[in-house]
Amino acid sequence: MSRPVSYQEATARERLHHLFNAGSFEEFLPPSERVTSPHLPQLNAPVAFDDGVAIGRALLGGVPVYVAAQEGAFMGGAVGEVHGAKLVGLLRKAVADKVAAVVLLVESGGVRLHEANAGLIAVSEVMRALLDARDAGVAVVVLVGGSNGAFGGMGIVTRCANVVIMSEEGRLAMSGPEVIETANGVEEFDSRDRALVWRTTGGKHRYLLGDCQRIVADDVAAFRVAAQEAVASLAGGDTALSLEALEAEQKMLSDRLNNYGALHDPIDIWTAMQMPDAANIPMLDADSFVAAAASHRHGG
Amino acid sequence: METLNYRFENGTHRLTAPPEVVGVVGSGNLEVLIEPASLDGACSIEITTAAVGFGQIWEAVMRDFQQRWLLADTRISINDMGATPAVVSLRLDQAVQTMLGDAP
Amino acid sequence: MDWKKLANTLFPEGHSISEQNEFLSGEAQVDGQTVAVIGTTGHTPIGIEIALAQAQAILRTVRDFPGRPILMLIDTQGQRLRHRDEMLGINSYMAHLGKCVDLARRKGHKIIGLVYDQALSGGFITSGLMADACHALPDATIRVMGLPAMARITKVPEEQLTELAQSNPVFAPGPENYLRMGGLESIWHGDLAAHLRTALAQPVAGDQRSALGLQRGGRRLAQPVIDAVLSGAHVQRV
Repeated sequence: MSRPVSYQEATARERLHHLFNAGSFEEFLPPSERVTSPHLPQLNAPVAFDDGVAIGRALLGGVPVYVAAQEGAFMGGAVGEVHGAKLVGLLRKAVADKVAAVVLLVESGGVRLHEANAGLIAVSEVMRALLDARDAGVAVVVLVGGSNGAFGGMGIVTRCANVVIMSEEGRLAMSGPEVIETANGVEEFDSRDRALVWRTTGGKHRYLLGDCQRIVADDVAAFRVAAQEAVASLAGGDTALSLEALEAEQKMLSDRLNNYGALHDPIDIWTAMQMPDAANIPMLDADSFVAAAASHRHGG
Repeated sequence: METLNYRFENGTHRLTAPPEVVGVVGSGNLEVLIEPASLDGACSIEITTAAVGFGQIWEAVMRDFQQRWLLADTRISINDMGATPAVVSLRLDQAVQTMLGDAP
Repeated sequence: MDWKKLANTLFPEGHSISEQNEFLSGEAQVDGQTVAVIGTTGHTPIGIEIALAQAQAILRTVRDFPGRPILMLIDTQGQRLRHRDEMLGINSYMAHLGKCVDLARRKGHKIIGLVYDQALSGGFITSGLMADACHALPDATIRVMGLPAMARITKVPEEQLTELAQSNPVFAPGPENYLRMGGLESIWHGDLAAHLRTALAQPVAGDQRSALGLQRGGRRLAQPVIDAVLSGAHVQRV
């Protein structure tokens, strides 16, 4: 077989190329349609022919799914008017066409500040469209492994999915460390302390807390296998929100606050979870980490 | 931002594949959209770039590219964020190679 | 605006709303019907505790009072910017709140948002923007960030942003701009109790915001892009 392809280093289109069956990706509103942002030129900022997101259909291990891939290199993958509308259109089309699953390759800082108001409304439209899709029986799987992570509104959207798959290198949170440092000082969150940043927002911590359901190595093939398994496990099942599930989530989040709310560092949380050799967790490879976490992590 | 347009006549190499895009609009990088178009045998190139005032360098890089490939009836559109001439040449060649189906 | 004054104006038939650590909850009477009221005050940042408290109140309403309308009163400076909130996964708490609102809608609860003071960024996205329809008072402050901060990040001079904001609602703060973009259903001038009665009587027809944004001219491309994806046709620019 071929060498591992780093998910983190790949572009959005390279991820689509390697994750799905060769040649199966069929794009909706491709770059040749030139649906670019109407707002960026007014601010003298460059546009991209796909506005930073490629959407379409593809085969995942032979199974037809709808997909979207955000390009982190273009404005941090941030959501503007067109970018957001493409995601909403994809999710609504998934409902109309009764596809089994939507796979979202999220890499985004959240709302695109150049189109601030439109981006904010768009992200909430994506949330509603995603939950409409789930309610209609479409499973939604999110992959997070790009260097820009899943932040802001897209960090929220990610947690609306049925299943979240991350790598350790992936980051999932709300406000970026730089934003927090700017607002409340370096003693609140030192954005240059890379180890702290990854402990706080990285895949391993999210996996232990129950905010992602799978963690894999930074390898497109590993993401592919996990995504295939997630889609298969959700097939034909109930993908919608339920009162029972949200009451269980309420309890999980409330327990998390009660148990760990007074702690200061993720290592303290891992210790409280009785993870063996908590301080060494960042050093473990994905497989060893999953084995060590098995009887300690929260969530399903 | 600056927009630059070039048109080269009398190419010989026609591309027939569907449109392709290579590269991304990120710092020091660019995206190249290449597509067949009825242009009376010409190759047109439109560049939108964040780096203003480099028209002469762009023209030299584009002439060089057209001499390599002699494209006909081809439209190329570029969104640039300050890529170096070497990166520009690389992406243009990648775009043509992708159209020809022999990209890596 | 003081929430008690607001509540007395909104609910002349009476209410039992109380405040605890800037979290508002209670019941109110509108046209003889009981409405659940959930909200925040004091421009409070939305941290994990208050997000969880709002979610809890919505779940309790869904379980104990099926179909009861829910009014969300919004006043927040945005998400809380703390390491602790990020460590505990504030995005999950926000998403949970958004999902609870969504569940309530699906279970037949009418959900109305009212921005009565401030609605900023992440604090707004899982409350008012998840409602069936969100409204605002004329003096409300709604934005992602102020123009000075936006000028720093986009490297566009503030004067230029201010000028652009005259013609393009996408840059500028304020309820009028959110109205034009479809993010707000309406702005409530005058008799607030009458506006609330009207809003409660309005039928729900899914997420109409991109259509409204097109109709009102503030977001001209969102709906055409959605339509083009759905139909497989080209984007019909207006």
